[in-house]
Amino acid sequence: MAVFVKGVIFDGVDTTQPDCWRLAAYEARGGYQALRSILQAQMPQEDVIAEVKNSGLRGRGGAGFPTGLKWSFMPRSFPGDKYVVCNTDEGEPGTFKDRDILRYNPHALIEGMIIAGYAMGTRVGYNYIHGEIFAEYELFEAALDEARAAGYLGENILGTGFSFDLFAHHGYGAYICGEETALLESLEGKKGQPRFKPPFPASFGLYGKPTTINNTESFASVPFIIRDGAQKFLEAGKPNNGGTKLFSVSGHVNRPGNYEIPLGTPFSALLEMAGGMKDGSRLKAVIPGGSSAPVLPGEVMMDLTMDYDSISKAGSMLGSGAVIVMNDQVCMVKALERLAYFYHEESCGQCTPCREGTGWLYRVIHRIENGQGRPEDLDLLNSVGNNMAGRTICALADAAVFPVRSFTKHFRDEFEYHIEHRKCLVEHKWC
Amino acid sequence: MLEIEIDGKKLTVPQGSTVIEAAHSIGTYIPHFCYHKKLSIAANCRMCLVEVEKAPKPLPACATPVTDGMKVHTNSDMARNAQKGVMEFLLINHPLDCPICDQGGECQLQDLAVGYGNSASRYQEEKRVVVGKDMGPLISAAEMTRCIHCTRCVRFTEEIGGFQEIGMANRGEFSEILPFLGKTVNSEISGNVIDLCPVGALTSKPFRYSARPWELSRRKSVSPHDGLGSNLIVQVRTGQVMRVLPLENEAINECWLSDRDRFSYEGLNSEERLRVPMIKHGGVWHETDWQTALEYVVKGLNGVSADHGKDAIGVLASPYSTLEELYLVQKLARAFGVNNIDHRLRRSDFRGDEAQQGVQWLGSTILELVSAKSVLLVGSTQRKEQPLLAARLRQAVKKGTELNVLHYAADELLTRVNAGIVLPPQAWVAALGGVLKAVLGLKEGSTTTLDVSAIDVSEDAARIAASLVNAESAAIVLGNVAQHHPDFSQLLMLAQEIGRLTGARFGLTTEAGNSVGAELAGALPKRGPLGTTVTAGLNAREMLASPRKAYVLLNTEVEFDSYDSQQAVAAMKAAETVIALSAYKGQGLLDYADVLLPIAPFTETAGTFVSMEGRVQSFNGVVRPLGEARPAWKVLRVLGNMLGLSGFAYDSVEEIRGECLKAGTDVSANLSNTLSSMPVDFSVAATAGLIRAGEVPMYHADAICRRSPPLQLTAEAAAPRAYVHGSVLQQLGLEEGAAVVAVQGDSQVTLPVAVDNRLAAGVVRLACAHPTTVALGGLFDRIELKRGA
Repeated sequence: MAVFVKGVIFDGVDTTQPDCWRLAAYEARGGYQALRSILQAQMPQEDVIAEVKNSGLRGRGGAGFPTGLKWSFMPRSFPGDKYVVCNTDEGEPGTFKDRDILRYNPHALIEGMIIAGYAMGTRVGYNYIHGEIFAEYELFEAALDEARAAGYLGENILGTGFSFDLFAHHGYGAYICGEETALLESLEGKKGQPRFKPPFPASFGLYGKPTTINNTESFASVPFIIRDGAQKFLEAGKPNNGGTKLFSVSGHVNRPGNYEIPLGTPFSALLEMAGGMKDGSRLKAVIPGGSSAPVLPGEVMMDLTMDYDSISKAGSMLGSGAVIVMNDQVCMVKALERLAYFYHEESCGQCTPCREGTGWLYRVIHRIENGQGRPEDLDLLNSVGNNMAGRTICALADAAVFPVRSFTKHFRDEFEYHIEHRKCLVEHKWC
Repeated sequence: MLEIEIDGKKLTVPQGSTVIEAAHSIGTYIPHFCYHKKLSIAANCRMCLVEVEKAPKPLPACATPVTDGMKVHTNSDMARNAQKGVMEFLLINHPLDCPICDQGGECQLQDLAVGYGNSASRYQEEKRVVVGKDMGPLISAAEMTRCIHCTRCVRFTEEIGGFQEIGMANRGEFSEILPFLGKTVNSEISGNVIDLCPVGALTSKPFRYSARPWELSRRKSVSPHDGLGSNLIVQVRTGQVMRVLPLENEAINECWLSDRDRFSYEGLNSEERLRVPMIKHGGVWHETDWQTALEYVVKGLNGVSADHGKDAIGVLASPYSTLEELYLVQKLARAFGVNNIDHRLRRSDFRGDEAQQGVQWLGSTILELVSAKSVLLVGSTQRKEQPLLAARLRQAVKKGTELNVLHYAADELLTRVNAGIVLPPQAWVAALGGVLKAVLGLKEGSTTTLDVSAIDVSEDAARIAASLVNAESAAIVLGNVAQHHPDFSQLLMLAQEIGRLTGARFGLTTEAGNSVGAELAGALPKRGPLGTTVTAGLNAREMLASPRKAYVLLNTEVEFDSYDSQQAVAAMKAAETVIALSAYKGQGLLDYADVLLPIAPFTETAGTFVSMEGRVQSFNGVVRPLGEARPAWKVLRVLGNMLGLSGFAYDSVEEIRGECLKAGTDVSANLSNTLSSMPVDFSVAATAGLIRAGEVPMYHADAICRRSPPLQLTAEAAAPRAYVHGSVLQQLGLEEGAAVVAVQGDSQVTLPVAVDNRLAAGVVRLACAHPTTVALGGLFDRIELKRGA
C-alpha cells in the first residue's frame, strides 16, 4: 500500500523513490530546519510547548489527547533522568500509518523527537517499534545512523551544547504493548502488562522516571508545526482538530492505502479518494478508527466528517484513523467473530474481567457463527460486555466490548437470523 | 489526615492510605483476592471494585488513594454489580468441585462465592484446563486449573523472598503461574505462598488431602528452630500434629513462617521417635519401663560418682530444650554435685566466659534491629540461620538501611550489600580491627585501649566504618558462624568497642529457639540461673576434649550438635555410661548411649522459649506425648527425687518457670552483651593449608527438622559437598564434581568437590550436622583435601 494523499507529514515525499527516506532527501524537503532554528535561537522550552499547544495537535495514537498539554505535564526541572518515548507499536487491526512514516519519512519522526526532547529537557529517547514490521525497524536504525553521522543526534547537537540521543527498540508483536504503560514495561525488559494508574508516566514512567509517550504521527507532525507555524498547522484542519491526519483505509475499496487529509474532511470524500466501493458494491458498514472503535452503518458514515468531534458524536471514535470499509457481502457475525478472536488472543491476562471475558465473548460469538447460537446469547454478550468494560486496568477490555456492542446493536437482525436459521443472512463467498 | 466517608461512616485516615486500608480500619470488609497488606498493589483481580462518588466507573479499593472528602460506597448497586460481575468471571474457568479440592473449607474464593456468586453458571462453554507444575517437595502446584491469577505468589517471591522464582507466563486466558522451567521453588521461605494462595492452586504438599480444616484444632505454639521465636498455630487432629501455620505477630514473624518452621512438624512422628525407655545390655538394646530405666540411670550416676568423683560426669544440653528443662537439668546436676554443664555445644571459644556480664542476646528487639540505618553482619549465613530475619532486613534495605557484611563468602543475600569483606575466618579479627581503626579515624578524639596500630584499613573496612558512624542508628550482629568461630570472644569484644565508639547496638542472632533461655536458666559452667555465682565447671569443649566417665545428654545428638563431632563421638564412646534424654533414637545415640529416656518435643510439653530479643514466650503442649514419652521436666523431677535431692517437688511447669525467672522480675535486666575488658590479638595466624568453614545446613540444625521428610527432599538438604574457590580447585589439580578425600585429624570422608567463587580462597565450605560428615573434626579447623580414589 502506499500513501495516496499527502498532508503535513508526507508533504513533498515522493514515495515512489526508493531513497525518499534518506537524510539527503529529507533535508532537501526542508528537513531539520525546525530543529536548527530552535537550537540556534535557543528558543525557550515553554515557547516550543506553547507552539505545539497552539497548533491544536491531538495525539494520533487513538485517544486524541492534546499533545502540547501532555508535554507541559513533564516536570522539566526534575533533576534526574527523564525520557521521551515514541509509540510505534502499531498493532490495531486496520492501522498501517506509522509503518509508512518509518518507511518513507523516518527523519520527520527523528526530528520531532529531538524537538520534543529539547522542549521537555530530556537527553534520551526511545522508539518502540511493533515487532511485526522488522524491515521498517531496520530502516529506522539506518535513519538514526544517518542522523547521528550528520550531528543531529548525540552529544552537542549542531554545536549548540544540546545533547540528545535516540534509540530504536522493536517489540515482539503484542498488541497490548501499544498501551503506553505496557510499552514501558516491555521497554524495561519485562512482560508487557499495563500498569495501574496513577501514577501516570509523566511522574513515574520508564524506569520510574518522568516520561512522555506520544504516537509516531504526533511526533512526525512537530517539525511542520515549528517550521511553518502553529497557525498553518491548525488551519490545515479545523478548530480543536488541528492539522492533517493519516487515515489508513482498508476493506472493500478500490484503492486501499494511507490518506493524509485535513481533519474535518467528509467521509464521502475520503471514500471517493480511495476509489469508491470495490466493484461498485454497496457500502454496509465502516469501522472509523481501528478495530476497537464501534462500527457504524454506512449510511450514518456518509453524513460524517473525519474528525475527533464528529465521529465521537455519532457514537464511535476516530481512534488511530484506521478506516475499515465493509460492503454488503460481509457477514457481520463472521466479522465480529474475527475481531473477538483478536482480543481474546491479545488480552494480557492481568485483570480478571478481560482475561476471562474476552474468551467468553469469543466463544459465544464463535458458537453463533457456527450455527450453535441460542436465543439468549445476544443478551448474554451484552451483559458479559457490561461486566468487562470500565472494570480493568487498561482499555483493552473496553476495546473488546465496543465492537460487540455496536455490531449487535446496528446489525442485530443478522445475529438473530444466524441464531434462528443457523446460517448467514448474507450470501458470501468466505463463510 | 483526610476526612472521608465509607458507607455513610465518617472517618479520618492518614494521607496516602488506600480505600481498602481505610475501610478495613473501621471493620468494613471489601472482598479481595490479589490485595495483601505485605505485598505490592497489583489491582488485577478487580474483586474490590467500589463506587466512589463523582467517579464514572467503579474503582479498585486496593489501588485507589483516599482523597479528602471522598465518599465511598462498598455495597451500592454499582459496587455490588461490579463485584458480582468479577466473581462470575473468576468462576467461569474455575473448577466448581470444592468437595474434592484440598482448599475446600478454607478457600477465599469459596467463601466469597457464597456472597457474590450465583447459584448456577451462565457459562456454557468448555472450561480451561491447566497442566500441573512441579514446584518441589514443599509446594504442590498439581492443580493449577484452580489458579485465579492473583499473582500473590509471584509478588511474594520477588518482593519478600528477594528473587522471583514464580512467574506468570503466556498471556490472556493462557496465562499460567509457573516456576522457572525445570526448576523448583527453593526459597527458604517458600511455604508462605501456600498461605497466600487464595484458592487450591498452591497447597502444602505434605499436608494436602490428609485432613479437612474443620477437623483441625488450632493451638498456639512457638517455633524452636531459630532464635526468632516465630509464633505458630499448630493444627492437630486426634492427638496428631497435622500442619503448622503462622500466628501473626508483627514484632516477630509478621504473617510469615520460614519453611523450617512450617514443615519441620513432619519429623515429629518419625519412625525414629523414641517411644519407650531403652537400656543397652551387652551391646543389645532392650525396651523397658520407666521405673527400670530411671533406676538404671540413678545407679549409673551414683556408680560413676563413687568410682571417679562428681567431676567425671558431664551434662550437655541442647538450647532447643525449654527454659524449664534447662533449669531443671542444671539444678539437678548442681544439686548432685556436678558442675560440668553447658548448652553451647557448637561453640569453640570460651575465653569470654570470665568477662561475660550477662545473658548474651540480640542487643535490641527485632524491630529495632530492622529499623537501624546501618547493620553490620559478622559471620552469618543469614538466609539459612534466620530466614525471616533475612527477609525483614531485605525490606529494611529497600527503605534505606545499609547492610554491611564480614564473612568468608560473598553469599547471595538477595539484597543490596553496602560493603562486604570476604576473608577466611582466621583473618576476621584483624578485619574487624580494621573497621575499629577506621572508626577511630572518623570519630575525632576517640580512643581505644586496644592496640590497632599494626592493622591495615581496607577500603571496605573504611566503608563499613563510615556507614556505622554516619547512620543515625546502627547495629552490629554476630551470626551463628561468628558464634562458632574460634575467635568469637575477640569478635564480640571488637563489636563492643565499635559499638561504644559509634553508638551502635551489638549482639548475637542466637542459634536456637531457646539459646537466651538456656543462659537465663544457668545451663552454663560458670553462671547459674539469672547469673548467680556457682562453682565453676567445664564447658562443652573441655568436657569433650578431656573425656568424662559419664555424660548426661539432654535433647542432643552430639555427632550433629558439637563443634568437633569426631572428638565428641570419641568421648561418648570412651565413657562408661551415656544417659540420653531424647525424643529420637538416632543412629549415633544407639551407638554410644547406654540408656535412652524418651522425652517430649516442644509440641508435647508445656514450656518456655526465650527468643534472641529476650522475649519470654510460654506455650502449652498441643498433643499428648507419643507412646511412653514424657515431658523432660517431669523426667528430671522424678530423677531428682530418686537421687534423693531436695527441691524437686514440682507440680507444674509454671512452678519451675516461676522459680527460674524469679516470678515477677524483669528478665531484660539480665540481658547484656558487655564483656569486661579483654585483650585482642590481631595477628593473623599463618596457615599454609586450607581451613574448614563448617556450616550447619538449614534443614539439619535440630533433631526435628532433620527428620522431616519433605525438608530432607529439598535441594538445600542435599548431601554436602566440599565447596572451594576455583583457584583452590586448580591448585589441587581437581575438576568440579570429582571425588575428594577431606581429612581432619584421624578421620576422613570422601565426597564431591564443587566450585563456589564467592568463597574466600583458602576456605573449604563443608557442612557439619550431616551423617556423611560426622567423622570430621572442628568446624573451623584445618582441613586437607586430596584426590579421591
